[in-house]
Amino acid sequence: MHETDTRDPDYFHRVVDCQWACPAHTDVPEYIRLIAQGRYSDAYMVNRASNVFPGILGRVCDRPCEPACRRGRVEEKPVAICRLKRVAADLRDDITDRLPQPPEVRNGKRVACIGAGPASLTVANDLAPLGYEVVIFEQFAKAGGLMRTNIPSFRLPAEVLDEEIGYVTGMGVDLRLGTPVRSLAAMLAKEGFDAVFVGTGAPKGKDLRLPGRDHPRIHIGIAWLESVAFGHTETIGENVLIIGVGNTAMDCCRSSLRLGASNVKVMARKPRQFFKASEWELEDAEEENVEIVINHAPKAFEVVDGKLVGMRFEVMEYQIEGGRIVSERVAEEVLIPCDDVILAIGQDNAFPWIERDLGIEFDKWDVPKVDPATFQSTRPGVFFGGDAALGPKNIIWAVEQGHQAAISIDLYCQGGDVGQRPSPAMRMQSRKMGLKEWSYRNDYNPLERRLVPHVSLKERFKQLNIEVELGFDAERAAAEVQRCLNCDIQTVFYAPLCIECDACLDICPTDCLSIVPTGTEEEIESRLRAPRRTREQGLYVSAPLKQTGRVMVKDEDVCVHCGLCAERCPTNAWDMQKSWIDTPHAEDVPRCAK
Amino acid sequence: MSIAKPKISRPNLPRNSQGLTRRDYEGGMSTLCAGCGHDSITAAIVQACFELSLPPQSVAKLSGIGCSSKTTAYFVSGAHGFNSVHGRMPAIAAGASAANRTLHYIGVSGDGDSLSIGLGQLGHAIRRNVDMLYLLENNGVYGLTKGQFSASAELGSQSKKGEKNDHEPIDPVLLALSIGATFVARSFSGDKEQLVPLLKAGLMHRGFALIDILSPCVTFNDHEGSTKSYAYVREHLHTPVAADYIETRGEIKVDYGPGEAVTVDMHDGHQVVLKKLDHDYDPTDRARALGYVQEHIARGEHVTGLIYLGEGRRNFHERHQTPEQPLNSLPYEMLCPGSDRLGSIIKRYR
Repeated sequence: MHETDTRDPDYFHRVVDCQWACPAHTDVPEYIRLIAQGRYSDAYMVNRASNVFPGILGRVCDRPCEPACRRGRVEEKPVAICRLKRVAADLRDDITDRLPQPPEVRNGKRVACIGAGPASLTVANDLAPLGYEVVIFEQFAKAGGLMRTNIPSFRLPAEVLDEEIGYVTGMGVDLRLGTPVRSLAAMLAKEGFDAVFVGTGAPKGKDLRLPGRDHPRIHIGIAWLESVAFGHTETIGENVLIIGVGNTAMDCCRSSLRLGASNVKVMARKPRQFFKASEWELEDAEEENVEIVINHAPKAFEVVDGKLVGMRFEVMEYQIEGGRIVSERVAEEVLIPCDDVILAIGQDNAFPWIERDLGIEFDKWDVPKVDPATFQSTRPGVFFGGDAALGPKNIIWAVEQGHQAAISIDLYCQGGDVGQRPSPAMRMQSRKMGLKEWSYRNDYNPLERRLVPHVSLKERFKQLNIEVELGFDAERAAAEVQRCLNCDIQTVFYAPLCIECDACLDICPTDCLSIVPTGTEEEIESRLRAPRRTREQGLYVSAPLKQTGRVMVKDEDVCVHCGLCAERCPTNAWDMQKSWIDTPHAEDVPRCAK
Repeated sequence: MSIAKPKISRPNLPRNSQGLTRRDYEGGMSTLCAGCGHDSITAAIVQACFELSLPPQSVAKLSGIGCSSKTTAYFVSGAHGFNSVHGRMPAIAAGASAANRTLHYIGVSGDGDSLSIGLGQLGHAIRRNVDMLYLLENNGVYGLTKGQFSASAELGSQSKKGEKNDHEPIDPVLLALSIGATFVARSFSGDKEQLVPLLKAGLMHRGFALIDILSPCVTFNDHEGSTKSYAYVREHLHTPVAADYIETRGEIKVDYGPGEAVTVDMHDGHQVVLKKLDHDYDPTDRARALGYVQEHIARGEHVTGLIYLGEGRRNFHERHQTPEQPLNSLPYEMLCPGSDRLGSIIKRYR
């Protein structure tokens, strides 16, 4: 097996599990340390550099970082990364003077963004400071896209949205509210844009065509949430059934409770292990006494004398093997009474306003063909991002796709090749301060995950917009930050200095290190002091050591970055170094000075 | 400022028959220099005790004075311990062993503690065949007093500042062989594959088991010109008998060609299997072992492995008919037979 090339930024990036898992590659450990130092504004700005909406995402992010968190591999629960992001947003000072500003002289290029959701706003955020004139077209009277229409205000308060959207529009972005785009052909022909970005989301809720479907008390989830968000819907019946068990279903059931329902059931076709909703959203719904009913497949809406009285379900029995359903059968049929039904079974893209003769190819599902790296459609100069591009995901993906599209748009407008993208880079710097002294908290703190306080069940239903989660206060945040393992403080090995004294192997609390004869990957794995648990995590192999020709091997899996290997190394062959992964944004595209 | 090894460990660490993990056999955090060979030996002791599934309270750790003697604080924190005066650990061990033969005694000493101030103590502990594992962490210098040559420093070996040692060394292996030790081994702190099985065999040996462990001093004796540096030891290791292997009662699964292995039965039915790398070597022949080690010393080589194993010689307990039970569990009447009985004993000498 060859020596591991740690100059490849991906090697150390993978070690920072949270940052690697985050689509926007937020430097999580860095901002957590800043919070630990009480530098909330700095922590906010580190966040903003990659994810643009720390206050919003600190509440409603899907948090791919948390399941990836290393702490979850050595202990039961990961660091409450998302909640700490909110701490940075909640406790920061005014940062408006630290936001990028457009240059005095614009670059003469005009970019249209269609839809004022997270993807378009990110494009604007990246391009306006470079001198682009960005125009955002939004059909509704307020910006935010699904963040405003689909996420209820008891999870994401309007003020938080307004403030962070305001940071973007404040960069001289032309936001045209109440201005739906009805024809892309007309826009391309008449308005003189150099590039167009489509960030219109996936606005069409899936329907369930069953007998009785046309009754007016049967609603489509995202349309219903939108209507609630804009105050058009203010009540609902006492007994409500939600069909589907994704995150939209969780928002629908909890919103129903706030509009007057007292008996809300979420009807799931399959057992819990197949649920699409995030575990914490399920918990929040169940805390509010929403009943989640499994193994019920919808059969028909029961309408008697023009009144919706209930819904018929087939009660399913599944045979599950290895986490997959291998057979199913209907055990019985039941009628569950209700006053309203909300369908929350998914959403689709819809582009009725894009003419099919513009050179923008659509695939067999009527979704535009988009390059997954450049986000350019088959018509040069027209880009897609967010849910409009590769199907519904979540906000943090929309942000990252916005960043990538902004790079493409910049390259395109500067006459470059959108495929020639700037590469990620990496910087490293030692964290050694002296004997037994490191400039980070390297002692393992065995604290358990802090819980976020909630508004009491009695209080929270009084108004639709009472935010349920209160967020960490400074004290809880100060405890939670100590759970972070500082995975970005890397163990860096310099083979020529090693005298093979075994001190690092002996001290390592999690048996990550081995000195073994070299061989193939399988042979090296078979010689490790502790068996490798997964190949998902990196395996570092050094150059041959000078005394015996063996190699130092590190299994990155459960390293807790305590720095003791470096501490006990007599020759400084090991060092602890902070890695910065520089993920390129539009501002990093090389441009010639004119 | 001090550092501590976090309690966190790898998930699902293996457990031994005591239900303990290897981490349960650790002790306090070492305050020795980073990279000290002694710390590796400590880790090997932890591994050996874990693999033998020793109940921590069945172990007694004893030491004298010196860098090596500090290390008893760094393993098996649940064990009994005694830190004696300089060079007097063997006497304490003999006394403790006489009073309670149910414990596993691990004495940890160094080249100063054993070969200078404590040479007489060591010699007589060997001679009496005290039932203990005696580890001599040998680095050739007095580390705690800034690196003067010790009695084990080879003739011509250089100090950190460049002076040459002009005294003949005392070799603990030759010493032990010449005065009748029954288990004599040499190993290297940087070779746990060899050291851990040796420690296990030594712990199981009934009688005095000496392991002289070359343990480089990173601070004062790990330079060019040293004969006990990591680099020198690695280049000059000579191992006539490898894979010192201990197998519990069951079948021996390792395949050896004819004449390659020597099997020695231990008192409790365990076996030590010795694989011969040098076909002329016989680890059960004391006289030849003595000659062999001397030959290789003349060539500047360190002979490692299990050098001599002579099971069967009477040990301290057999010779003195010590009671099976610890003295502290004997009834008072047995421990103190009374003034009448004392009087009759004294009468025999009148």
